[in-house]
Amino acid sequence: MADAIDRGTFDGLVETTGEDFVGELVDTFLTEAPAMLDDMRDALARGDADRFRRAAHSLKSNANTFGALTLGALAKALELGGIAHARDAGGARIDEASAEYARAASALKDLTRA
Amino acid sequence: MHDSHGARLLLVDDNKVNRLLLARTLELAGHRVSAAENGRVALAMLRKDGYDLLLLDIEMPEMDGFQVLEQVRGDLALRDVPVIVTSSLEGLDNVVRCIELGAEDYLTKPVNPVLLKARIGASLEKKRLRDQQKELVRRFAAPEVAQDLQQSGFALGGKRVRASVLFADIRGFTPIAEAQPPEETIDLLNTYYTLMFDAVAGHGGIVSHIAGDGLMAIFGAPVPLANHADAAVRAALDMIEMMDLFNVERRGVDKPEIRIGVGVASGEMVAGYTGTNERATYTCIGDVVNLAARLEQHTKEARRAILMDAATRETLSPSLAPDPLGAVTLRGKTQPVDVFAL
Repeated sequence: MADAIDRGTFDGLVETTGEDFVGELVDTFLTEAPAMLDDMRDALARGDADRFRRAAHSLKSNANTFGALTLGALAKALELGGIAHARDAGGARIDEASAEYARAASALKDLTRA
Repeated sequence: MHDSHGARLLLVDDNKVNRLLLARTLELAGHRVSAAENGRVALAMLRKDGYDLLLLDIEMPEMDGFQVLEQVRGDLALRDVPVIVTSSLEGLDNVVRCIELGAEDYLTKPVNPVLLKARIGASLEKKRLRDQQKELVRRFAAPEVAQDLQQSGFALGGKRVRASVLFADIRGFTPIAEAQPPEETIDLLNTYYTLMFDAVAGHGGIVSHIAGDGLMAIFGAPVPLANHADAAVRAALDMIEMMDLFNVERRGVDKPEIRIGVGVASGEMVAGYTGTNERATYTCIGDVVNLAARLEQHTKEARRAILMDAATRETLSPSLAPDPLGAVTLRGKTQPVDVFAL
């Protein structure tokens, strides 16, 4: 399995914006991302396609910022496939993204704690 | 004027991580950054504080980036603010749509800081050049014409309008100019024009030409004016009054008095840009314009300061009651016209 965080992307971020700043940015992401996953589930249940797409879009954008490329790819598939695509899989695709998020979050914590 | 550093940027993104990261990147590049979390808030901030550049996300709740672009381009006060779209929206059609809506550039998130810096620098430089051009237009054209240019763009040709035209000229200017050093004549003309421009602008008109000691002003184009004839005649009265005050000053320093003649005519004419694509001027063309010029010339013979045609006389407010001078055959005209004097 690929690393949850692409080190090249992450180190580049630290280099251009500073280590302390990236620490704060990771904290913000870890606070916001679970809400995006919840948003997706809720939007799926309510059939709100716009909200679903927006939440997947935000998760994709943020994941790629930190080099969480696998998570980014899963979120992108959700964004492009939209609510219909997610419904077909009975929400399994969101669970998959959720699990990948947990893996990325723990890797990011390790990286910023170091 | 500003250089690309220390510019005031407004960044709009609904996502907190993106907002923090972009703000950090821009601040490290030396810019001052404000942030908004949706399009509605961003527009309010743009209208309230003026920014040098807008960094715009597309996918946002309440008002998305496309709607912001439409509003910005439709707003005269905002349309010159360069917009760089930063988005991770999928699909080339979205990029095309942004550019068509007037975005200066489109950067995909995560945004490369070096690229971002270069694009911001280029956009600010373009804006600086545009600002400079606007400043030049402002200096050499009436504000109304400058605004008309900004709104409708430049195109040779005209459209029919109902308006009033005013010609003013200094009586016996040549002997005055000959009797004094040219520097003094320049000073005299500059004072004279300052007073005349004030009188014209004070009544909603624009000065379209100045030549030597004469000027032509238009009332009712490019911006329509409810009672253009009344406005033109009142401007003429202001001119005379201003010259009277100016002459009090001149008598005090033993200088000859300055007398002016003013002609006003009203009716339908063609207003627009004449010249070439390289060099053009906003003006009005038509019989009415010639008539105003002839009336101004006739002030010498009539020994009256202000002359006007019947069309102007018709719509004057009752407080202005000009004297009828009867039908006069003006120089260059075959038919006599009714002339009125104030």
